[in-house]
Amino acid sequence: MSKTSSTIPKWADVLLIPIINLFMALAVSAMIIYLVGENPIEALKLMIEGAFGSSEGVGYTLYYATNFIFTGLAVAMAFHAMLFNIGGEGQAYIGGLGVAVILLALDQYLPFWILLPLALIGAMLFGAAWAAVPAYLQAYRGSHIVITTIMFNFIAANLMVYLLVNVFILPGSMTPESRVFEEIAWMPSIQSIFATLGIEISDSPLNLSFIIALIVSLIVWIYIWHTRWGYEMRSVGFSEKAATYAGINTKRVIMITMLISGALAGLAGVNEIMGVQHKLMLDFVAGYGFTGIAVALMGRNHPVGIIMASILFGALFQGGAELSFDMPTISKEMVFVIQGLIILFSGALAYMSRPWVEKIFIIFSKNTKKGA
Amino acid sequence: MKVWKTGVILAVAVAALSAGEFKPAVVFDMGGKFDKSFNEGVYNGVERFKKETGINYKSFEITNPTQREQAIKKMAKRGANPVLGIGFAQGPAIDKIAGKFPNTQFGIIDMVVNKPNVQSIVFKEHEGSFLVGMLAAMASKTHKVGFIGGMDIPLIRKFKCGYEQGVKYADPKAEVIQNMTGSTPSAWNDPSKGGELAKGQFDRGVDVVFAAAGGTGIGVYQAAKDAGKLAIGVDSNQNYLQPGTMLTSMVKRVDIAAYNLFKSAKNGSFKPGIQALGLKENGVDWALDKYNKDLITEDMKKAVEQAKADIISGKIKVHDYMSDNSCKY
Repeated sequence: MSKTSSTIPKWADVLLIPIINLFMALAVSAMIIYLVGENPIEALKLMIEGAFGSSEGVGYTLYYATNFIFTGLAVAMAFHAMLFNIGGEGQAYIGGLGVAVILLALDQYLPFWILLPLALIGAMLFGAAWAAVPAYLQAYRGSHIVITTIMFNFIAANLMVYLLVNVFILPGSMTPESRVFEEIAWMPSIQSIFATLGIEISDSPLNLSFIIALIVSLIVWIYIWHTRWGYEMRSVGFSEKAATYAGINTKRVIMITMLISGALAGLAGVNEIMGVQHKLMLDFVAGYGFTGIAVALMGRNHPVGIIMASILFGALFQGGAELSFDMPTISKEMVFVIQGLIILFSGALAYMSRPWVEKIFIIFSKNTKKGA
Repeated sequence: MKVWKTGVILAVAVAALSAGEFKPAVVFDMGGKFDKSFNEGVYNGVERFKKETGINYKSFEITNPTQREQAIKKMAKRGANPVLGIGFAQGPAIDKIAGKFPNTQFGIIDMVVNKPNVQSIVFKEHEGSFLVGMLAAMASKTHKVGFIGGMDIPLIRKFKCGYEQGVKYADPKAEVIQNMTGSTPSAWNDPSKGGELAKGQFDRGVDVVFAAAGGTGIGVYQAAKDAGKLAIGVDSNQNYLQPGTMLTSMVKRVDIAAYNLFKSAKNGSFKPGIQALGLKENGVDWALDKYNKDLITEDMKKAVEQAKADIISGKIKVHDYMSDNSCKY
């Protein structure tokens, strides 16, 4: 939460501590890489080069980041009202369903500039709808949102399997996938946008959704800190009782916050379904919803922090893939371990380094006072 | 002497050069290379190639759908040749990348991709199923045999249709009782439901059951053991799982397919197009080993081997469900 301690300056809180945590995670990862018999420096170099060394690498990094921005914003939004939305995975999955329903129904009739807003609305509506039941149960029945959102992830997975196997599957096909959308309904790739400007970059799944993610981040920032609703939401987050006393309808705030949170997670479906896969398929969310939790924690629930954390995690995913590509002893499980360590240090152990950073600052400020 | 020496050096150098140039690659699908099933079969095949030739291969295990195309493209870009993709889900990615790298040889298992540089490997599961169907009918005392499928998809109906034909061929009076485990991918990994379905079939008089259901089969084999009935395994040789009650297994040699693809590419005899592996190509077969030799009588063995020879020669025609999406024969 946004607990700012008076003992350390704000820049240290939002920048220094996350960087220290990141380095601790990398140090432990380096030890593990050394133990399996590879050179940690070489591995780190491969990861960084893989993530940022080519326009293709950057494309993949930002493509992953797009998903994490959406799911990270979803978690952060709920967190400002002290709600822990673990259902980003299911909401993104169903959001993708919303996109696919719209595009499958209308891609033969409408131009892209009408399809795009419709697809965005579809994703947000479906994602919000998937968050609505847990939100209602939390607000009016007191069922804990952590439990209900987790359970809704499983319901989403089963629903999607049912729909893909029985409804969307092409007749005679063995793969549970919908038909491919008409090309007009594909989100333009960054590559094609650059090509119209005369700049050639290599092929990657990065698409216009990234720009949409940045715009949405701005809107979320305005909503949280510069609107009445955002103020109400944060009040509920700081103290539900005080908010009630101040005349805020806390139940309504919980509902609205969760609906927005679900809508944000649902937008990840736009990137995947409209931007990359161009068809509805199984398991396209692949854990991005859960990664959003770590992204929000690391980004301190602030859109700017979330964008930075998303790019870091995007780099981890892309760089990790490159790493296991070039170092055969680093299996995909090893990459999971490295990703897990970073999540552990920057999420669960985020405050571990804080006490001694504070101490250093206290000693430091005493010394400067003596000197003065 | 000197000439001889140069000759040796030259030969070694040529061998080293060609070994260095041949860079096969395989992209495993989600589930990974140790999935005890399909991917692992391929893994065993390429490992055998590595052991026999000393040529290392590049491999990648994808963790999300977007990586399919990324990994295949990267393999091709880095000069890997041939590049082998596993499973029907990689079909679209192979199709796309094969078009961009016309000089690279690609392979795909369980899917057909029509590109001049792609070898598509599919299996004639109906032929192998026919043989185990015959064995089931001959081993049955009640003239009732069972079939338990995984997910209800055309591929599994192909297994079932071949099995049914084999049963009827050996014993026209026999009855086949069939169940599908479910309509979702979880049907591949539901041993408890598999066990329940098997028990239900045993109650209806079935005494031999064939499970074409992935991990669900484990429950079927256990139920057969508990009830003292016979079961038939699938994909890999599963006879060892329940020695004594495993009648046989219908083996699908994805390992041989992967091995052969690498080998043919190395020899320069890589052929694009569809490779349909049946009994003739040893792509499918029935398994006989020390675990089930007491269950297979000489007569059964003779009859099955005869049928196998007849299928290979074309005397017996096994109908393929997928040729017309129906099981009329």
